[in-house]
Amino acid sequence: MRFTRREFLITAVKGAIVTALPMSAFKLLTPDEAMAAVKKTRVRWGFLVDTRKCVGCGFCVKACKLENEVPYDTPVTRTWVERYVILKDGKMLADTPMGARDGFTDQKVQEKVVNPKDIAKAFFVPKLCNHCERPPCVQVCPVGATYQTADGAVLVDRSWCIGCGYCIMACPYGARFFHPVYRTAEKCTFCYHRITKGLKTACVQACPFGARQIGNLKDPNDPVTITVLTKRVSVLKDEYGTKPQVYYLGLDENVR
Amino acid sequence: MKSHVFRPLWIILGVVVLSLIARQFIVPSDFGVGERGFMYSFHRKSNEEEWKAFKVKYRSREYCKECHDDKYSSIMDSKHKIIQCENCHGPAIDHPEDPEKLTIDTRRALCLRCHSYLPYKQSYRSKIKGFIPEEHNPDMECVMCHDPHEPDLEGWQ
Repeated sequence: MRFTRREFLITAVKGAIVTALPMSAFKLLTPDEAMAAVKKTRVRWGFLVDTRKCVGCGFCVKACKLENEVPYDTPVTRTWVERYVILKDGKMLADTPMGARDGFTDQKVQEKVVNPKDIAKAFFVPKLCNHCERPPCVQVCPVGATYQTADGAVLVDRSWCIGCGYCIMACPYGARFFHPVYRTAEKCTFCYHRITKGLKTACVQACPFGARQIGNLKDPNDPVTITVLTKRVSVLKDEYGTKPQVYYLGLDENVR
Repeated sequence: MKSHVFRPLWIILGVVVLSLIARQFIVPSDFGVGERGFMYSFHRKSNEEEWKAFKVKYRSREYCKECHDDKYSSIMDSKHKIIQCENCHGPAIDHPEDPEKLTIDTRRALCLRCHSYLPYKQSYRSKIKGFIPEEHNPDMECVMCHDPHEPDLEGWQ
């Protein structure tokens, strides 16, 4: 079979067109466009709790419940404060009456009278959802009702949740509960409606002592980021590999 | 293809097709895999906007200051300046339209949140002036003697 010059040129042009077509799908992107294309945000919400500043007043819990319409007189809360009393004989007492909604006003711990002379150390630890980088509660949802946003907040879609409770069991921090009114899984949202408007969360705003702070961990100039990067911080239950994003200052080994 | 063996197959295929058709109507169009991948953000996208649209109730002292500048400056001269107005007066929401009036919590329990004495030396609680509620005028409201905006008892009668 003879291959003429004409045939060779036609085949070459066709080949060039075929290879050029997919190339046209590529396009030079500016760094901003490239970031937008892979949907990366410049925001990752993180939280900082300074346990040394907490006095156990519970204003954060009160503010959270009223802000987020969590039924006030039920024992469920999105955030709560725990009291730890470690006695000189090594025993540990811990409680959080009504999630510390009304603060700690009684020296009795779990109805037990504690002699002040027996106390080795005593302190308060505020807790809330850790908005983990690897949230186990999200992995177990069978219907896709709970999810993590691009900026790190773990949220629940109330209209999609079937109330099976898997996520409540999966959370190692006990941060989730069943909402008594909506009959769905409920949890701290980092006050997503507030932080996305440039406000602080209700608990951060209500804390008189600055024990709670929220910040953007992707912003190197954010006070929370500076503290997390330069101070000795710790997280709760690191061994679970959930990569919690609520950092603690002055955390005691007895805190669980 | 008229064998009884194939009959259940057609039924199964029919169920599958019907399920796929029903799915088109039931599953919202914005439901899918989000930015954090299938494992962490398989969800209905518009729910994010629903959460963002939630009503803000605590407006902060800067909002109170717009009208109650006198009260604002009075508390800013005291040790209680660290406490937000809404911690005691309740969330402002859309005050003065809705609610028209805020209810002030004047119960002893409110003051006791910080000022009830607890013997916890390692906690910041021990730096706050504390008293034992059962011993210090148990039948009286704190506000009968103490002004929450000026808690120091200078010039007190």
